[in-house]
Amino acid sequence: MSEPLLRAVGVRKAYGHTEVLKGIDLEVRKGQVVCLLGPSGAGKSTFLRCLNHLETIDGGQVWVDGEPIGFRLRGGKLYELREKDVARQRRDIGMVFQRFNLFGHRTVLENVVEGPVRVLGTPVGKARSEALELLERVGLAQRADAYPAQLSGGQQQRVAIARSLAMKPKLMLFDEPTSALDPELVGEVLAVMSTLAREGMTMVVVTHEMAFAAEAADEVVFLADGAVVETGPPEKVLKDPAHERTRQFLARVLP
Amino acid sequence: MAEAEPLPIVRLRHWGRWVAAAVIVALLVLLGLALAQAQIDWASVPDFVFYRVMALGLLNTVVLAVIAQAVAIVLGIVIALLRRSANPVARWFAAAYIWLFRGLPVLLQILIWYNLALIFPVISVRLPFGGYLVHEQTNLLISAFTAALLGLALNESAYMAEIVRAGLNSVDTGQTEAAKSIGMTPGATLRRVVLPQAMRVIIPPTGNDFINMLKGTSMASVIGVTELIHAANNISSNNLLVMETLIAAAIWYMVVVTVAGVGQHYLERAFDASDRGPAARAGKALRGMPLVRSAGV
Repeated sequence: MSEPLLRAVGVRKAYGHTEVLKGIDLEVRKGQVVCLLGPSGAGKSTFLRCLNHLETIDGGQVWVDGEPIGFRLRGGKLYELREKDVARQRRDIGMVFQRFNLFGHRTVLENVVEGPVRVLGTPVGKARSEALELLERVGLAQRADAYPAQLSGGQQQRVAIARSLAMKPKLMLFDEPTSALDPELVGEVLAVMSTLAREGMTMVVVTHEMAFAAEAADEVVFLADGAVVETGPPEKVLKDPAHERTRQFLARVLP
Repeated sequence: MAEAEPLPIVRLRHWGRWVAAAVIVALLVLLGLALAQAQIDWASVPDFVFYRVMALGLLNTVVLAVIAQAVAIVLGIVIALLRRSANPVARWFAAAYIWLFRGLPVLLQILIWYNLALIFPVISVRLPFGGYLVHEQTNLLISAFTAALLGLALNESAYMAEIVRAGLNSVDTGQTEAAKSIGMTPGATLRRVVLPQAMRVIIPPTGNDFINMLKGTSMASVIGVTELIHAANNISSNNLLVMETLIAAAIWYMVVVTVAGVGQHYLERAFDASDRGPAARAGKALRGMPLVRSAGV
């Protein structure tokens, strides 16, 4: 088996004296879709935010494509990077947020071209046509000139996915992408994510959508109290969990 | 009762309003009558308005206010960023700066700058390998105009720092995180994402402060800057028509303040919340400005 695209080793994080992540390991190979499940407060979102260094970690390492995220390896030591250099690493790691976080003062199209033009230096014309293609893929090309506040939550989230994809990331992180949506809008976002998964995008998804996990995930990781309880293919973990903690959780969320 | 004829409706009579209006009008009439009897040489007022020294006073008032406000905005942004810095010394410095320059009366600050020569007769900045970058008599370096500018700008910068800080705080942290997630550097995030959206909160109080600044320049008259008040005193010291010249100055103040108020109204409207959401309007307004024009996007 080849070297994993993402390798998290013993990731620890504490806020004051409260340990929220107690040494989490995770490996994701290229093209894999991994869903992180677990009760709220388990540390799923915090862990996801550690993967692109939105949160600094207190212990362990996160490697993406052989690079230690947030650090530089030299002479057997990890040197913490400046925010500017972390920004360079984040180009390859897309992130989709629970609350969309589209740039409210820019149109849909401007949101999508911002990264390629400002960060990657893509010529404006090329960035525009690529952005329109992406918007076509998420079904929003006709809303290119709208402002985020004029769109529904589901539409905003699909634009946010397009904005991340515009950076041509190696890895996509989804932080409860459907949790802030009205129930009838969840489907359109999950459909886009399923398509992405089928096309071979490497994805780590924090979600409460068990049906999505069952259908799209290659592997699910069940977290509780800042630690991994069990890991495995969805048909195993969701249907026949090995741990009591997992069973309790599934009994509560599955119909 | 169901088929009863529609009954006529008698609207409530607001007698209190009529009485209040009558009282206000009566008082205004009395004030007008009193003013008509006042010993004011009305005919001379239009002349004073267009006196040469009055024009100079108007120019100095406007130039002083505009430069002081501009300097204050730039300093205010810097101090606001220091106040939000991760560096505790920077945060402490910014807090102390605001405490000091907001705490002292503007007039006192102007007088301190004006009299700086008493404690530092010469201002010199030595270059590391001999020679001077600046070496000058303080009295020549800090004219009355410069002293007034320093006093007004530094005082206002403390207020601007708080206004800018409130503006930056009003932008959701999710915006910063989204910018980071597409690989934007902290500088680009501030310039492209946070500041434009903070403008909506920053502009209204800044406009207010500028109107205050226009009037605050009158304190420069104390150290002999020929602004509107000083110009008025200048004229009345020759002809003793104190009230008439002050009225002429008052007219100019009302003119510049009105112009500033109209400008503020349009600026606010350009950045204001409405159909597309607050931030969208800010983006649209900013795009019109050459400073932040995004390369044809």
